[in-house]
Amino acid sequence: MTLTIIVVYLAIVLVIGLFSHRFFRGTSEDFFVAARTLGPFILLVSLFGANMTAFAVLGSAGESYMEGIGVFALMASSSGLVIPVVFYFIGTRVWALGKRRGYLTPVQYFRERWDSNGLGLLLFIVQVGLLIPYLLIGVMGGGSTLTQVTDGQVPDWVGGLVICAVVLAYVTYGGMRGTIWVNVFQTMVLLALGFITFWVIIDKLGGLTNAMSLLAEKNPDMLVRGEHVKPLKLLTYTCIPLSVGMFPHMFIHWLTAKSASSFKPTIAFYPVCIAIVWVPSVLLGVLAHLDFDGLSAGAANSVLVKMIDLHAPGVLAGLLAAGVFAAIMNSFDSQVHSVGTMFTQDIVRHYGFHDRMSESQQILVGRLFMVAILVATYLLSRVTDRSIFKLGVWCFTGFAALFPVVVAAVFWKRSTKWGAFASTISVVVLWIYFITLGWKSADYTIADSGVMPVAVILIVSTLAMIVGSLLTQPPKAETLEKFFP
Amino acid sequence: MKKPVRSLLLYAALVVLYLLHNDLWLWNDARLFFGLPAGLAYHVGFCIATFVVLTLLVVHAWPDHLDRENP
Repeated sequence: MTLTIIVVYLAIVLVIGLFSHRFFRGTSEDFFVAARTLGPFILLVSLFGANMTAFAVLGSAGESYMEGIGVFALMASSSGLVIPVVFYFIGTRVWALGKRRGYLTPVQYFRERWDSNGLGLLLFIVQVGLLIPYLLIGVMGGGSTLTQVTDGQVPDWVGGLVICAVVLAYVTYGGMRGTIWVNVFQTMVLLALGFITFWVIIDKLGGLTNAMSLLAEKNPDMLVRGEHVKPLKLLTYTCIPLSVGMFPHMFIHWLTAKSASSFKPTIAFYPVCIAIVWVPSVLLGVLAHLDFDGLSAGAANSVLVKMIDLHAPGVLAGLLAAGVFAAIMNSFDSQVHSVGTMFTQDIVRHYGFHDRMSESQQILVGRLFMVAILVATYLLSRVTDRSIFKLGVWCFTGFAALFPVVVAAVFWKRSTKWGAFASTISVVVLWIYFITLGWKSADYTIADSGVMPVAVILIVSTLAMIVGSLLTQPPKAETLEKFFP
Repeated sequence: MKKPVRSLLLYAALVVLYLLHNDLWLWNDARLFFGLPAGLAYHVGFCIATFVVLTLLVVHAWPDHLDRENP
């Protein structure tokens, strides 16, 4: 039954993605940024979906099982504030610049903003380098989820292969439009299934108040932050959601908006969407102690699957698996599309053809790169150690620490390419330094104080941007005229 | 009230929200509100308060010039 539901779900996704091609206009702008036509509702759902990973469904329940309800404040409500604020101040401005100057990637913008090919290349390498572990996590997460929900009937390698094959079909055929159509469908599925799963399990546990009262007697430390979360960690973790400002797939998603006003519902409703997805996951994670006590950190990651197996096997287990696939593919397809777009625009078109490529050549190269990225990701996922999952929070750290680059580009006229170089290089150096100290622990904080490394790297990269800019020649007047008319 | 003043007030409200996110006073409070532990109920309320402030922000402090300059 579970397998049948998953196959039907993936078939629906495929049909939606392929059907979107009927609206393809045949231009590179349509293939890479959906011709900048997304209205308010679609932008809200697709942006939210592109930023929701499998972690929000499975990982948050597992993390809550280990750390208690403090996980919501740490990872969810902080994102509900910081991410829409980044959309408001940065996303809308980037959209306007993209529309005015025809940008399709972040590197195109940074390269022109600071008049530097070298800086563009450095940012390309850093952004793509930080995104690769994420692509791997998506493929490997899909494989292990399918194995779990089918009780080992489907081997690990098949799940990853299926995800790659489905994404390959609709991303390469439908481009950004196909990606967005599927994202909208999958986000709706994710929201609906999350609610249904929560409702059914809580009902089986005798209602929320009853279940929580039982938990208060059995594991009272799950209801408070106590020693699980340090106050300094709560404070500095708020830096992590700044990563949306430098995620290439979010940046490219901003460029798909029809107008700046299209961002309004996204900005207003983002915290509500976050709460709808995270509250059930966190509650089910802590309530799992009523049925499964003493799970290890590794086993806790599948605690949601265990809860469903126990309380609502059969159809619901299949639906949950579909929801997890929705979360994985929602971000995975956007990431694959963004890396393909960047290789086409920032490397092949810029260096190989000196910005002279026909529309059809750009689309063909984009498709070939997306296929190549998917094949490479799948093959890498077969030989990569599962400890790569620990890299997740470090990728966020790297992108968040680059945030001063986009802020300076958008708002600070006096910023220079040397400031941007200094900022980016400081991020690379400190990221490598901290990762060598603490990469084996997802909970690493500086000297066990609760201070997340991202806070320190962010301060240093901000100072590097300011000092590097003030010590070097101001940018040319004609360059500034393009960006601050 | 003029738009720059409204904008500044709403930006200040965002800073206040950021400070309120650090609810140290509920750190070890295990009471239940509507079935939710105090620390979780507070942050659900925080999300709703954030929604209200962001709605006011997009209604009263929207950068209209972006659409005017990029029709």
